[in-house]
Amino acid sequence: MKLTRRMLLAGGVASIAAPLLTRPVFAAEDTIKIGILHSLSGTMAISETTLKDTMLMLIEAQNAKGGVLGKKLEAVVVDPASNWPLFAEKARELLTVEKVAVMFGCWTSVSRKSVLPVLEELNGLLFYPVQYEGEESSKNVIYTGAAPNQQAIPATDYYLNELGIQKFALLGTDYVYPRTTNKILEAYLISKGIPKEDIFVNYTPFGQSDWAKIVSDVVALGADGKKVGVLSTINGDANIGFYKELAAAGIKADKLPVCAFSVGEEELSGLDTTNLVGHLAAWNYFESADTPANKDWIKEWHAFTKNDKRTTNDPMEAHYIGFNMWVNAVTQAGTVDVDPVLDALIGQKFPNLTGGTAELLPNHHLTKPVLIGEIKADGQFDIISQTDPVPGDAWTDYLPESAVLESDWKTLKCGMYNKETKTCVQLKSNY
Amino acid sequence: MTDTISSRSKYSGGPGAGPRPAAALPARGFFARNPSVLWFVLILTLLVLAVTLLSPAFGSGAMSTSFVKTLGKTLCLCLAALAMDIVWGYTGILSLGHMAFFALGGYMIGQWLMYARTQEIVVQALSAEALPPTAGEVAQGVASQIFGVVGGSDMPLIWSFAHSLPLQLAMVVLVPGVLALVFGWLAFRSRVTGVYLSILTQAMTLALALYLFQNDSGLRGNNGLSGLQNLPGMAATSQDLISIWFFWAAAAALVMAYVLLSWVVSGKFGSVIRAIRDDEARVRFLGYPVEGYKLFVFAVTAVICGVAGALYYPQAGIINPAELAPIASIYLAVWVAIGGRGRLYGSVIGAALVSLLSSWFTSGRVPSLPLGFYTIDWVDWWKVLLGLTFVLVTLFAPKGIGGLFDRFQGRRSPDRKGAPLGPDQGSLQEKEAVE
Amino acid sequence: MRKFLLALAWIGVTFVAAGMAQAQGVARIAADHAAEIERPSRLTIGPVIDQLAGSGDPMAARLLEAWVNKALGMRKSDHALFLLAPDPAGYALTDLTGAAAGTAGTEDIVELKPNAGVRGLIASALVQFTLSDPDPAKRATALTSIAQDPRAESLAPLRAAIASEPDPALKAQKRRLERLLTLRFDPDPKVRVAAMQGFGADSGLDLRAALTPLVATTRIAVTASPQDRNILRELKVGRDLTPEAAYDLLVADGSAPARISHEDQKKALAAHIEGGMVAGIPLADLARNAARDRAYTALEAAGQVPAAATDDEVAAAVAAHRFYEVYAEPDPAITTAAEAALKRIGLKVGTLQVADLALDGLSLAAIYFLAAIGLAITFGVMGVINMAHGEFITMGAYTGYVVQQIVPGYTAALIVAFPLAFAVTFGAGVAMERLVIRHLMKRPLETLLATFGISIALQQIFKNIFGTQAMPLTSPDWLGGALTFNDVVSISYIRIAIIVLAALFLGFFLYMMKRTRLGLEVRAVTQNPAMAASMGINPDRINMLTFGLGSGIAGIAGVAIGLFAKVTSELGTDYIVQSFMTVVVGGVGNIWGALAGATMIGGLQKAIEWLNPSNTLAAQTYMILFIILFIQVRPRGIIALKGRAAGD
Repeated sequence: MKLTRRMLLAGGVASIAAPLLTRPVFAAEDTIKIGILHSLSGTMAISETTLKDTMLMLIEAQNAKGGVLGKKLEAVVVDPASNWPLFAEKARELLTVEKVAVMFGCWTSVSRKSVLPVLEELNGLLFYPVQYEGEESSKNVIYTGAAPNQQAIPATDYYLNELGIQKFALLGTDYVYPRTTNKILEAYLISKGIPKEDIFVNYTPFGQSDWAKIVSDVVALGADGKKVGVLSTINGDANIGFYKELAAAGIKADKLPVCAFSVGEEELSGLDTTNLVGHLAAWNYFESADTPANKDWIKEWHAFTKNDKRTTNDPMEAHYIGFNMWVNAVTQAGTVDVDPVLDALIGQKFPNLTGGTAELLPNHHLTKPVLIGEIKADGQFDIISQTDPVPGDAWTDYLPESAVLESDWKTLKCGMYNKETKTCVQLKSNY
Repeated sequence: MTDTISSRSKYSGGPGAGPRPAAALPARGFFARNPSVLWFVLILTLLVLAVTLLSPAFGSGAMSTSFVKTLGKTLCLCLAALAMDIVWGYTGILSLGHMAFFALGGYMIGQWLMYARTQEIVVQALSAEALPPTAGEVAQGVASQIFGVVGGSDMPLIWSFAHSLPLQLAMVVLVPGVLALVFGWLAFRSRVTGVYLSILTQAMTLALALYLFQNDSGLRGNNGLSGLQNLPGMAATSQDLISIWFFWAAAAALVMAYVLLSWVVSGKFGSVIRAIRDDEARVRFLGYPVEGYKLFVFAVTAVICGVAGALYYPQAGIINPAELAPIASIYLAVWVAIGGRGRLYGSVIGAALVSLLSSWFTSGRVPSLPLGFYTIDWVDWWKVLLGLTFVLVTLFAPKGIGGLFDRFQGRRSPDRKGAPLGPDQGSLQEKEAVE
Repeated sequence: MRKFLLALAWIGVTFVAAGMAQAQGVARIAADHAAEIERPSRLTIGPVIDQLAGSGDPMAARLLEAWVNKALGMRKSDHALFLLAPDPAGYALTDLTGAAAGTAGTEDIVELKPNAGVRGLIASALVQFTLSDPDPAKRATALTSIAQDPRAESLAPLRAAIASEPDPALKAQKRRLERLLTLRFDPDPKVRVAAMQGFGADSGLDLRAALTPLVATTRIAVTASPQDRNILRELKVGRDLTPEAAYDLLVADGSAPARISHEDQKKALAAHIEGGMVAGIPLADLARNAARDRAYTALEAAGQVPAAATDDEVAAAVAAHRFYEVYAEPDPAITTAAEAALKRIGLKVGTLQVADLALDGLSLAAIYFLAAIGLAITFGVMGVINMAHGEFITMGAYTGYVVQQIVPGYTAALIVAFPLAFAVTFGAGVAMERLVIRHLMKRPLETLLATFGISIALQQIFKNIFGTQAMPLTSPDWLGGALTFNDVVSISYIRIAIIVLAALFLGFFLYMMKRTRLGLEVRAVTQNPAMAASMGINPDRINMLTFGLGSGIAGIAGVAIGLFAKVTSELGTDYIVQSFMTVVVGGVGNIWGALAGATMIGGLQKAIEWLNPSNTLAAQTYMILFIILFIQVRPRGIIALKGRAAGD
């Protein structure tokens, strides 16, 4: 009996102490740590793994140039596994245990919202590289992806003006980004004179594979003689089934165009695009952009991944701009502490890969050109429209409750400032 | 079992009857008969002391806040595993849906946490305006803050009680309990047993998860409830302190549940449910209301899971419907199986060991294993290891880690002749809920 | 900067143009509008296209055609426009007079890429050139263009082009298009009504698209009866529309003042705070709406804020008006005929939609059946739950993917993939049975857990080997496209193939169980293993084969599912719970049960989706709830085994 209980005791203690004892002991601070918070497993790994590789490439290239402030950069990669609570846990670990200077990460808005309270509590710094729904401006996040006015609204304008669409099908995966984007788009379309009954909204779960019914519903929308267009915020691998069904149903872009906000080169690489030619995507970057900087970047990417077929995409460019701005801001501030770096970040300029210059605005968003591309048979995009750089707007002007808000971290020091009452509504963000 | 079942009426008392020393055995105290309970309390007390002394809030700070949180969450998982052990290890109902109750508990407490915290922010923001806010404006403000994120602005009906902590705490117990009662009544009434029941419970948690995934369910769909680690009214309190509070609360809940459940299963009630596990039909023919027992166990364990969830999610900070995915409940079963079902400490050891190992292996801090031709990166291979371990445990060590204790003790199979069996004994026979 | 460059280009182009012969041809027009042609917008390019099309220059059609096909280019050096053709050097150039202009490298030329809206305009302008073009493909394109952008002015050229059409199919298409245009644009109402009636209960989407705009209505508010309007019906306040909606209608046409919003009231009150009071009411009291209304009325009386409609005023204004729903189309004869035609069509479309839904349900049922059939075999025959069944499906799909990487030609790959997927998963199934399941035969709940362990491990192994990216599994061309009965009912060939595959397996399984020695032995072992063993049947061998067979079929299902959806490591997980439901609902141990279960689940899911079209998640939730309740009624499934085989 005695032996047993001692074992029980030892076993219990060992099981609890094991993670403590094996925690690596850190040497003196001779590197600057950069946290990479992208899912390497689970549903979002399809998109996020590429971003982890991009960051490793950027860090390697920066180290080859001598690092930052005379120190080498060290990447700390963790896997939040597409599990939203795990994002918060891993972010806390990165900030308190690894003591990273900055984090690059997240893809879905849910994951960002999960990390936000941790960031704001511990005053961390996150570069978020994906197009998102706006309605947020945190002191601790730099949004290098597009806000709705840099992607969804221009694409809708293109539909209204260039294609003459009269009836809209807003198809999305059921989560924050599509919900909020569609809410903004609905308000925008109504302000443009599209009646509410001509806006069809449908949400599907992550990973939806049975699209026959929805596609035929959308086709049936055309029964009243109005020209129908689809604005798709369908996310991740659900797109593959959707596009396969579109192709099978023989829906041509001339008759019923589909414009996607979450489908890029990476997602199309899993598809045969011959039947999808002419369908659209709106982004701030396409791999087919014809500039010398882009050509070099693609060459570097192929060399790093040792794979000539790996595509580049918009969030990768966002990380490229964000990382370089951070490096410049750190050099300028002479420290990696979050507050001075944030001060130095606002107003940073860095050339886009598509030409022009990105500038980091006081609302922690970038100025970016909006590109609209048509899918080609080789899985790339024909850029058919490119605007001048558009400043990202954290709070949309098309919803009454957020039209009165603005964000300014330089002079107002507030991310949610009510212009009418001239008060800061709250310093922390909604999550 | 022969001499204990002397009359029908004696046993119809159910759980309230309590332990009664059999006449043939010398009367001993509860703790003397169940030494593991004392050991468990002792070890957990030591753990709490150690963690408190190492924590950033009250001690040296050698342990990070995030690790305190991890330990606190692990204790909650242990509590859920305890419930799972009662329902599966003791009663033989392999429920693949108990994490649904766990998550529901989290949702219920999360509603209050979110509502109260948002209300503070809204009241503060509105107080800056010229006119004092009306109650309607505050409610509208709260609704648009909470639901603005997911494209809505109205407060759904299921948030009716969210403003009140006592009501919402009652919901933590009631919602999982009532759901378990209704589901259990439907299932047990029509004599669904064995693998059918497992699949049905799995269907239940899937249906619930899919329902919550919808935005229209009123609990913010895929986004779930977030920012739960910030307690209302304690904006200035650091997470260092809050994490240790929750750690204490989780430890206290675990100890209480352990003692209570040990006491319950060591009595007549425990004998009956084990009998149901070993031969349901025979127990029924002996005149016991088998369905009633099963329903009671199912509902009580659901409530325990709900409480565990209510303690877990404020530490995790966010709850979303993915937490109800069938896989989560299957993991719960895995923990219990690895720990050793049919003994309470087994389930606790299993849950603690596997979930801590799991977070350690996926943290990227485990050195890779170079094989020369291929390097095993544990982030990638941990799940393979877990899966295979699990197969091996099922095949060769059906008693799990708990079985090791038997071996050291030289005890082969429990002596069940007439003795009221304690939580250390009564592990499985070869034949369980077959057919 | 860009504008400056454009201006420079403009000057350059003008000089070049001035130096050329002064022909009023397309070259001149294009040169004049080079900037617009380079970056065209649908809103502004119309006149340029019309000018080009109307120039009478024989090059106009060629230019427009090149433009619409993205074969028009601009030389970077001088912004001159050329028609492009592929050439080893880059492009072979043809200038706008039709003369060859040598070649140029790809880096010297910017390809002009007009957007789809502009291409539509160009295509419409091309119609007049191509409606009677000798090339049937061009004529077909012209017809598509008219159909997409129906205009009154296309009617005359179309009528003229019918008689000379040699191709019967195109002729029929032209006729139909002419009828469609007639019913919308013909000046004579009688002709339009006749055209409508001529269609009968045709369910074509194009006909509905032509008819629906004719019956479009608006709501109006008037004080007297509207004599000159084509009225659909009068709207009664309270029955057809709410008083709020009625008042909003009045506000919208400017005949009543808007009600004050909560926000505006608050703003107005805040603007009149005097010494902690608003209109004599202390600020602290204004935390209630009633007090705010009082304060506002007081201010209104004092003339300090604009008058806003009160509830009484709203009621009075609504009572003073009558509300009508009127047609935009003024001619009652047209609207009556259109309504009648739409009603005819509506009935038919309703029936067809049910048919389409049934087809969808059937294909979903076939998918579930394929996914569940292997499970039904192992569960039904051996009483073993295989949680790794989903991973066998995935394994089959990945086998298909690997085969497609190695074997050239999609058809050949598919022919290899099916048997190979069967072989691979059959092997995996046999291995699993021998190594794990056999030792757990007496402990079914533990089989469930052990196979779940295998499932976790397998899924992660797939991720480690193939990555988390979705892999393409492309179907051959003959499986692309859809079988279209009409504009409502259609089904993609790939789904038909899956239905056929499911039917084949049903047949194969029935044959095997009823007509072969193996089937006989399997049935014997199912019913009584001990007795079967004493009759000389080796139950171990039978179990192994059965398990292998079930797994093999899962592999084939994997290839089929991968073809129509996607191949990821989580493919199987998406189907596993549904497969279990199928088996449980249908009844264990019977292939017909699995079929009934699949039909019920597939059909039900589609039916619920139809009732609640904007939410497919809800459909799945309700379906599972239904199943839980269904089990109450028939705990052993739709088709329950009787007697000893039922187990208890």
